[in-house]
Amino acid sequence: MSTINPTTPNLEQTEPAPLTRAPSAGRGRFRRTPLTWARHGGLSTLLFLLPLLLVFGAFSWYPIVRLVLMAFQHTNLVQPATWVGFQNFSEVIHDPLFPIAVKNTAEFAGLALVFGYPVPLAVAVLISEVRKRRGLYSALAYLPVVVPPVVAVLLWKFFYDAGPSGVFNTMLHWVGIGPQPWIQSENTAMPSLVLESTWANAGGTVIIYLAALTGVNAELYEAASVDGAGLWKKIAHVTLPQMRTILLVTLILQIIGTAQVFLEPYLFTSGGPDNATITVLLLIYNYAFGNSLGASYGEAAALSLMLVAFLALFSLIYLRATRSWSTG
Amino acid sequence: MSALQFRSKRGQRSEETPQGLVSFTDWNRRSVKYGLGTAQAALLVLLVVVGLGPVLWLAKAAITPTQDTLIHPMAVFPHGTAWSNVSDAWSQVDIGLYLWNTIAIAFGSWVCQIIVATTGAYALSVLRPKWGNLIMAALLTTLFVPTVVLLVPLYIEIVHPPLIGGTYVDSYWAIWLPEAASAFNVVLMKRFFDNLPHEIFEAARIDGCGKVRLFLSIVLPMSKPILAVVSIFVVLASWKDFLWPLLVLTDTSLQPLSVRLPAIQGQTELGVFLAAMLIACLVPIIGFLFLQRRVLRGTGLSGALKG
Repeated sequence: MSTINPTTPNLEQTEPAPLTRAPSAGRGRFRRTPLTWARHGGLSTLLFLLPLLLVFGAFSWYPIVRLVLMAFQHTNLVQPATWVGFQNFSEVIHDPLFPIAVKNTAEFAGLALVFGYPVPLAVAVLISEVRKRRGLYSALAYLPVVVPPVVAVLLWKFFYDAGPSGVFNTMLHWVGIGPQPWIQSENTAMPSLVLESTWANAGGTVIIYLAALTGVNAELYEAASVDGAGLWKKIAHVTLPQMRTILLVTLILQIIGTAQVFLEPYLFTSGGPDNATITVLLLIYNYAFGNSLGASYGEAAALSLMLVAFLALFSLIYLRATRSWSTG
Repeated sequence: MSALQFRSKRGQRSEETPQGLVSFTDWNRRSVKYGLGTAQAALLVLLVVVGLGPVLWLAKAAITPTQDTLIHPMAVFPHGTAWSNVSDAWSQVDIGLYLWNTIAIAFGSWVCQIIVATTGAYALSVLRPKWGNLIMAALLTTLFVPTVVLLVPLYIEIVHPPLIGGTYVDSYWAIWLPEAASAFNVVLMKRFFDNLPHEIFEAARIDGCGKVRLFLSIVLPMSKPILAVVSIFVVLASWKDFLWPLLVLTDTSLQPLSVRLPAIQGQTELGVFLAAMLIACLVPIIGFLFLQRRVLRGTGLSGALKG
């Protein structure tokens, strides 16, 4: 993630000289009046930036500030907001659903890592060595990603039918396994959600790994071959170390993404059975929009803020902990 | 990892010459040849079953009578086909209208996002104002705030917009404009502009080319590859979006397919419902088949950006 930062020295060198009409030596030496600023092209530059500034101001920067303020307020959209200090936070923390949602989200993220992290890597390594029709492999792997998530979830909901004539249960019957309850049991609901989510998302990771694999310097493989390294040794000592940066990045991105899981629990189970699949984001949604007794926007904002803060802290610790490994 | 570097790296290894992990000598070894060959054949079968299987099943079930799908879900047309499902989806559940809504939302999102990303990236990369780095830093910060956690403040902003007043619930602008605030698009676009040959811009400027003309007749035409990639992502993301349209579009006649499908599930016959689902995913799938190469390259590119 470090290369996103535009101030890394590597990128600074490639950045071209500024293309403004103002003589760069004159900058800052004389006091610039609005008129000279406009004459030197400042106005037209500002006009080009205007769509970006307006849209991000209104729909990104302002809502971020508003979120922080709302977390410390009581808002019901009718009366003016009142400051309540940390009351929203304490209400969220004392909500009996809060620890359940945190546990479920952690379970989803953990299971998604177990199911979804090694599989795309293995698939990508295998595809990268296909000699003919590599495009067909990639396209097949990516196909589930273009299926709209709502369609995917509703389709899998039908596949997960718990009766003996459900699609998956019919297939299990072929291999002699009895019908499973899938999303209708507390124990199997979460793994079922993760399975669908992995199906829907793994293709994107496969393609990212494939791109990274083609970037591995072929000379390293040759050198390893000359030194007598076999296939497995080459994977362990060339492929994986060469891909460590992208592997570390996809790992943290996957954790951040799965920590925000909403669609699957919302459409599959609405958080059930018996709150077994209620997640943090579903809880936020319920606070703000799912409460028939009146929306508690303050609590939703407080929980959102806690989620962002946690993810930011987690990413920071993660980046610190893996820094030496990813760049060394 | 810039766009151009990325492409040159791809060029180093073509499909026909396996100089990578498995060398020619490896391929000539029996164990590797058969072991890897078998693994790859198994992978192909697995990818067909797992990747294509559910979609094929949906296509089959969409034209199968409801009772057959319920009782024998894995049988292929035990009692003939029911093409009426598809026509019923058009006539009974108004799929045509929702499909049109989805297209309108995707098109508007595309226009807004392309305008914001290209003009913004042009200003930040080519014109480079003094306070450009500050704006860039503010943009990058938003990458670390997931959009879903902004749902509540954004929703309140749409219901009760500050300064301008009124309400924008049930207006497509409530979807088009917030989606345009995508720092990812701007960063992707700026990276590409940064790698364009700036000598050309300098030459054009000396020849008296203004900023607007430089943008429209030089920078944009040179940026077709990245414009295609961003366009595909924008349209696909808009087609997939569910939660935000659900919140801001309360009028059912304005809602897109993704919002309507879960809502109509209860009162629609299964066969007709599956046909409706097929229609909903047909457009992105056909689009993907046509633009396969660009989509896959773009996905790899976005991964390179994340790295």
